[in-house]
Amino acid sequence: MSKISRKVEDINASSMADISFLLLIFFLVTTSMNTSMGLQRRLPEPLPPDHQPQDVDIKKRNLFVVKINSLNQLLVQGEEGWDIRDLKEKAKEFILNERNESHLPEKVLREFETLGPMEFTRDHVISVQNDVDTQYQAYIDVQNELIAAYNELRNELAQAKFGKLYDELEEQQQKDIRTVFPQNISEAEPKNYGGVR
Amino acid sequence: MSKFRKKEKRGMPALSTSSLPDIIFMLLFFFMAVTTMKEVTYKVRITPPAATELQKLENKSLVRYIYVGSPLREFRDQYGTTSRIQLNDQFADVSEIETFITNERSAMKEEDQNVMTVSINADKDTRMGIISDIKQALRRAYALKINYQASSRASY
Repeated sequence: MSKISRKVEDINASSMADISFLLLIFFLVTTSMNTSMGLQRRLPEPLPPDHQPQDVDIKKRNLFVVKINSLNQLLVQGEEGWDIRDLKEKAKEFILNERNESHLPEKVLREFETLGPMEFTRDHVISVQNDVDTQYQAYIDVQNELIAAYNELRNELAQAKFGKLYDELEEQQQKDIRTVFPQNISEAEPKNYGGVR
Repeated sequence: MSKFRKKEKRGMPALSTSSLPDIIFMLLFFFMAVTTMKEVTYKVRITPPAATELQKLENKSLVRYIYVGSPLREFRDQYGTTSRIQLNDQFADVSEIETFITNERSAMKEEDQNVMTVSINADKDTRMGIISDIKQALRRAYALKINYQASSRASY
């Protein structure tokens, strides 16, 4: 009676390859490989609308001004003709103030949990000012060099104190190093271009 | 002599292709894992500026993008060649950024709202005037965490 074979026939799987090829090609077309990379910055908080912009009193020695004009030329601390390649060293010298010179930012002594007592330039500010016609690439170059200066200083301090790179440190150690070298890059209020604020 | 006599059948046996789907699936999963969906279709031409101190944008769901660049050729007749802003899939004006950010933020989960990052994806030849305007608009919209997208290059 039950002579009919119960065995299920093999499903033909040869089209499986085609189906998966199709899926593969679909994903290749609709997705993109590039991972977004960029420079992280934080904007200052907005001023209240009734607030008059007032010049914050920053001592001249604590201020490092980088201006970029419409021809992408640099004006660093009032000196013309700076090359972007030299900006990082100049910025490092300013932030660090190794020999405690009087024209570089003042140093403050503070006791840190992980670093011990450290003298650092707490109140220094780097101000980047640009023209309306400055090229975006030039602006990014300047930002990049300034961030590079901070990153190098942080890594140097981390190497000297802990023998590791900044990224490999523990959280408290990173926090203390960040306090010593905060990224005080001020993106100044745009100046009064053409009279409209 | 018969020991080394060749077999009668000369033809190659058929190659088994049964593992082909598995191989392709493996490729598929690889691509699904390493790639991301395209955010939008670009209407502006963007060659990102180059920089060295790059950080990866983590948590893509918390990132909103602002594109700045000169319009692609098919939009030139309508929009000209000066730098324009693109939000999502359409051209926009600087004044629309605030509303855009506010809308995007209110669509987010409450705990994510203050960690929202705005990524400025601008062409390297853009003039800073338009970027400054965007930055001011973002400040007013209280979107303070920003990111300038750039491609990596070797240092000087």
